[in-house]
Amino acid sequence: MSLFTKEMPCQELVELVTAYLDGSLSRRDRRRFEAHIRGCEHCTAYVEQMRELIVATGRLTEEDIPPRARDELLVAFRGWSEG
Amino acid sequence: MTSLALDLPLPLNREDASLMPRVRGKRRTMRPEPQDAGLVARLRAGDESAFVELIDRYGGTMLRVAQMYVRDRATAEEVVQETWLAVLNGIDRFEGRSSLKTWLFRILTNRAKTRGERDGRMLPFSALAGAGEEGDEPSVDPDRFLGPDSPHPGAWAAPPIAWPQDKLLEGETLGVIEMAIDQLPEAQREVILLRDVDGWTAMEVSDALGITDGNQRVLLHRARSKVRAALERYLNPEIAGGAP
Repeated sequence: MSLFTKEMPCQELVELVTAYLDGSLSRRDRRRFEAHIRGCEHCTAYVEQMRELIVATGRLTEEDIPPRARDELLVAFRGWSEG
Repeated sequence: MTSLALDLPLPLNREDASLMPRVRGKRRTMRPEPQDAGLVARLRAGDESAFVELIDRYGGTMLRVAQMYVRDRATAEEVVQETWLAVLNGIDRFEGRSSLKTWLFRILTNRAKTRGERDGRMLPFSALAGAGEEGDEPSVDPDRFLGPDSPHPGAWAAPPIAWPQDKLLEGETLGVIEMAIDQLPEAQREVILLRDVDGWTAMEVSDALGITDGNQRVLLHRARSKVRAALERYLNPEIAGGAP
């Protein structure tokens, strides 16, 4: 790490994980972030948990539209396509 | 960069851009949208199966999004129905400058907002102008870090412990995640559902909900941080002060 780059404490890193995973950190902050996790097993574990959480959340399924509302929409569609 | 998450034996049925830092300004593409041009042509021709495809894909999400803005379920259903009629009546003018999904949700949120305002409903997103500047909602309990008088202020005092991979896959774990999401404030819940359950991009979410990219990220971050803490309380009950 360069003498001119301020080190990123763990407590700051946990606030930047989403921005990091979205690729929206500034280049400077991304460098500080990556320099930090290279040397910090705890923050590596933290970021890993966030990734695992995102993958697990992706396995939840979305609620379908209720059948009655769906039927009403189909009636409306037929009205539209015939009108 | 390595990613243990990708080593999990999970069916990764979409390319999750949120797992990958952006490379030279290009985002990885998300799961393919239904072929817009084909669907639009079929809708214009009055093809019911195209309509069914769209309502099965977006109907549940639309209902949920509408419900954030209006007072009850019945009103949300009305708004969704109105939105579809507006979409069908406007389909000849749809030029494909945005995706069909983006267009659909823009119409939906505009209508739901108007309806909610008319009914005097407090909008969950109207209080968000300053989201991100408050800084009073830490992602992790401050007690888990060393204080300002220590030789390493802000370093972990009670660090996270790697999660057991087999437990992560259990149905009960997913139940804990689901329950934690249910308990989030409305706007945070909506953003995490759209981003992490439905797999939308950041831009699609901020566009559909009419919030800035920064606000959407703050909401997502708070949501994920709280859900992670809930999951940690479940998977690592031995860590004291696991709750932020």
